[in-house]
Amino acid sequence: MSRKLPPKDVVIIGLGWTGSILAQEMTDQGLDVVAIERGPWRDTASDFPPSYSPDELRYRLRHELFLRPAQASLTFRNNLDQTALPVRTWGAFMLGNGAGGAGVHWNAETWRFAPNDFQMKSHLTQRYGAKFLPEDMTIQDWGIRYDELEPHYDRFEYLCGTSGTAGNLNGTIQDGGNPFEGPRSRPYPTPAQKQPFSHTLFAEAARKLGYKPFPQPSGNLSQAYTNPLGVSMGPCTYCGFCEWFGCANYSKATPQTTILPVLLRKPNFEARMECEVTRINLAPDGKRATGVTYVDSSGEEWEQPAELVLLCAFQLFNVQLLLLSGIGSPYDPKTGQGQIGRNFSHQTVSTATGFFDNTKFNFNPFIASGSIGMCIDEFNGDNFDHGPLGFVGGGYMGQVQSNGRPIETAVQLPPGTPAWGAKWKQATKDNYLSTVYAGTGVHGSCASYRTNYLDLDPTWKDRFGRPLLRMTMDLHENELKMSAFLTNKYAEIIKAMGASQVAPQPRKGPYDITKYQTSHLCGGAVMGTDPSNSALNKYLQSWDVPNLFVMGASAFPQNAGYNPTNTVAALAYWSAAAIRTQYLKNPGRLIDA
Amino acid sequence: MRRPLALVLAAVALCSCNATHAAEDSQDFSQIEKGRYLTIVSDCAACHTQKDSDQAFAGGRPIATPFGTLLASNVTPDRDTGIGAWTDDEFVNALTKGTGRHGAHLYPAMPYNYLTKLSRDDALAIRAYLKSVPPVSHQVTANQLPFPFDIRLSMVAWNALFFTPGTFRPTEGKSDEWNRGAFLVEGPMHCGACHTPKNFLGGTETSKALQGDKLEGWLAPNITNDFQRGLGHWSPDEIVAYLKTGHTALAAASGPMGEEVALSSSRMTDGDLHAIATYLKDQPGQEQPLLAAPPANVTKAGAAIYADECSACHGPKGTSVPGLSPGLAGSSSVQSTDPTTLVHVVLQGTRSVATDAAPTAPAMPSFGWLLDDDQVAAVTTYVRNAWGNAAPAVAAKDVARARGRNP
Repeated sequence: MSRKLPPKDVVIIGLGWTGSILAQEMTDQGLDVVAIERGPWRDTASDFPPSYSPDELRYRLRHELFLRPAQASLTFRNNLDQTALPVRTWGAFMLGNGAGGAGVHWNAETWRFAPNDFQMKSHLTQRYGAKFLPEDMTIQDWGIRYDELEPHYDRFEYLCGTSGTAGNLNGTIQDGGNPFEGPRSRPYPTPAQKQPFSHTLFAEAARKLGYKPFPQPSGNLSQAYTNPLGVSMGPCTYCGFCEWFGCANYSKATPQTTILPVLLRKPNFEARMECEVTRINLAPDGKRATGVTYVDSSGEEWEQPAELVLLCAFQLFNVQLLLLSGIGSPYDPKTGQGQIGRNFSHQTVSTATGFFDNTKFNFNPFIASGSIGMCIDEFNGDNFDHGPLGFVGGGYMGQVQSNGRPIETAVQLPPGTPAWGAKWKQATKDNYLSTVYAGTGVHGSCASYRTNYLDLDPTWKDRFGRPLLRMTMDLHENELKMSAFLTNKYAEIIKAMGASQVAPQPRKGPYDITKYQTSHLCGGAVMGTDPSNSALNKYLQSWDVPNLFVMGASAFPQNAGYNPTNTVAALAYWSAAAIRTQYLKNPGRLIDA
Repeated sequence: MRRPLALVLAAVALCSCNATHAAEDSQDFSQIEKGRYLTIVSDCAACHTQKDSDQAFAGGRPIATPFGTLLASNVTPDRDTGIGAWTDDEFVNALTKGTGRHGAHLYPAMPYNYLTKLSRDDALAIRAYLKSVPPVSHQVTANQLPFPFDIRLSMVAWNALFFTPGTFRPTEGKSDEWNRGAFLVEGPMHCGACHTPKNFLGGTETSKALQGDKLEGWLAPNITNDFQRGLGHWSPDEIVAYLKTGHTALAAASGPMGEEVALSSSRMTDGDLHAIATYLKDQPGQEQPLLAAPPANVTKAGAAIYADECSACHGPKGTSVPGLSPGLAGSSSVQSTDPTTLVHVVLQGTRSVATDAAPTAPAMPSFGWLLDDDQVAAVTTYVRNAWGNAAPAVAAKDVARARGRNP
């Protein structure tokens, strides 16, 4: 039996990037806001100080910053014929937890999606014809255009102080930047990070092969920066402990280093930590959210009424909460009907490892940052002709090696090296400093398909007795073809760097839940123009429950060949603007359909 | 929802119109506003409001003195447990003469020896403001001192020795700004209460005014114009920025001073902050010769520890990251003759103050668990003598003492 609390104007579920952004926007609007977050409070100096944060075992292998599967997990299967089983240790992706969410442990690659990514279905159909797309591919347009989102990308980049080199300023292509990017209204707030040796060498090789390399846009800052909210960040020290780690010296853009200090000073903001929302409550007619029910760390259940509910959890848990709360209709892969759980997707990453003569090359991989790197975008999106290739999609590729951490780095050895013993030791010694191992050198897209989806598991329950989310996911022929093509192109560049041996590792099926790929899951509560195939309208407002807005990558109808955070944050600002300028004046559906 | 403070005050003033205890003259908005500002300048809330309490001025916050603990009194208009039943004269005398109701003597943890510089009008303005805050029923027994200090009569002798009553008198030949600064520093801001050394009886050593003193494990540093350990290298604008935002290139307010910035100086007018800077820059420093360099082996070990543990934030050369980590090269706090603050910060870490102008509140993590006494001594000695800095070496036994151990 839950106890009812005094109502708030806004309840926010989850205090990661989107929760922090929305809390900032809604409190600026003068609303009384409470954020409910199931993880702990996290603070730079007390939770990941420089004296112990570079601990690969603690953070990388033992998942210090991540959700514990005993607290919340999911079940997995590749296809409808299998029985899904629970995930008991994270593998293919990592799930953030606590203040800052996944924004604490991200690498801070701050890419924008390309303009035609938002019109993927109509663009590809127009260029290649409808028959070019596989029959079971369910990609669709987003309902929003790049130019609508541009001011919001800009806002997030200036919040973060993103370091980069513009490639397209108001339509004019710039030297040294990404010539394929959409027009940006002004340069990056800070110049690109300096690049280590192997990253520089990659760029030189790419240039010789006729490509146009550029520095990866980075949320690890090249210089000190104070953002428009007055919050200060420090310059990156290239320590190489970014992804999986909290940044110890305020150099990585996270909610902690950009928004939370300001939010905490506001009298109309409150955060309740270690409190897990179990349900979004609906009015009896099901057309209005009345608030949320949550359980605190002592097991006490509370009801928090609110006028406006903002669902800002991670993609998987957004979908799970919608399903558990009976909002929208669950997707059925057999009929293709229903919206919640539809168009789930991930990413198709691969790499090619280059082994170099250690008497000529010492790459010193320790000098790095999470989003260091020189990249090319020639093979992303529809920047190249797919006609003769027989697949759609693509990805950026680059030397984006982010660290020289020993446990991860020592195992990158030339094919044929014994796995133990004197020869292994010698090979480790010979190769450690002269190997190019980007891990995610090729950052490929992943289309959505009829049978890749999320629903509630019929068997397995969580600690509250609620059904776990069930993931049904496999890689399709289109993505495997794409990965083979891209990885080959990437290996050519590594070879041109002067590698004596290159080991391409294209992505192979079936989809493997145990091997880390990226944490860029998407879809399941997608945005669109048609309530029959989308859960949200273009403002991320629920079609079914107009006082519910759902943030995050769950709104992506399919995944592009870029990291998602910048797009997730830009959509959050875009949605917040719609709430502030339209919804609050006239609460109700912003779009009739 | 955020409202301009003036509106809130107006609302409070309107409410108190109906209150029976309010005297005629205390209804005046400008009087209340003047009193509000003076309570900020005097930092009354630092003691009279419990930390993180929403019951302003209800008292109860412990104040540690060398003689024992006192609890700050309830100064809300509650008639039974606050000062609602006090007459104006009783209030003015308490503030400026250190005599409580019915003539009882206050302890100088209440800085009446500074507030005595206030005029009667100033004191009544504070009274008017305090009448406008919500009354809180909260009984506080202020005197928690052990015998014999619990005998209030002993304050008669203390006052005779150390207390000079009297309203502020401007110094002729000095500018209005200088005199405003003098009034603020020597009067309501009571800077000397922390920054002037005390003798064994807790009396102020007036010959060493503002030359620094220890409190709560920190050093309240020398704030005269002394070039080696005071504000000699600070420009007036840097002093203003520090008081307003809590941060300059070479300093970040934390500990007790962080609290002062948050509650008091960050909320003062720029004009007053400039006046303070003008006055402090005119306070002569003490001449002391620069000290010889510390032993080379200590510097080498310290340099190695610095590179491993400190340089990520403070840079290889002790330079500042604006708004984030204060520079160590040239820092007066780092080079203070007494290393108390530096050792405290290394051992325990600290969070700098957040202000509206500088909301980041960056923190220095604790290294007390990681470095032993010798290592802390080595690294602090190193930063005190690297990059042009010069200050006496820190001994391992100083570190042990700072940890609360007998070396």
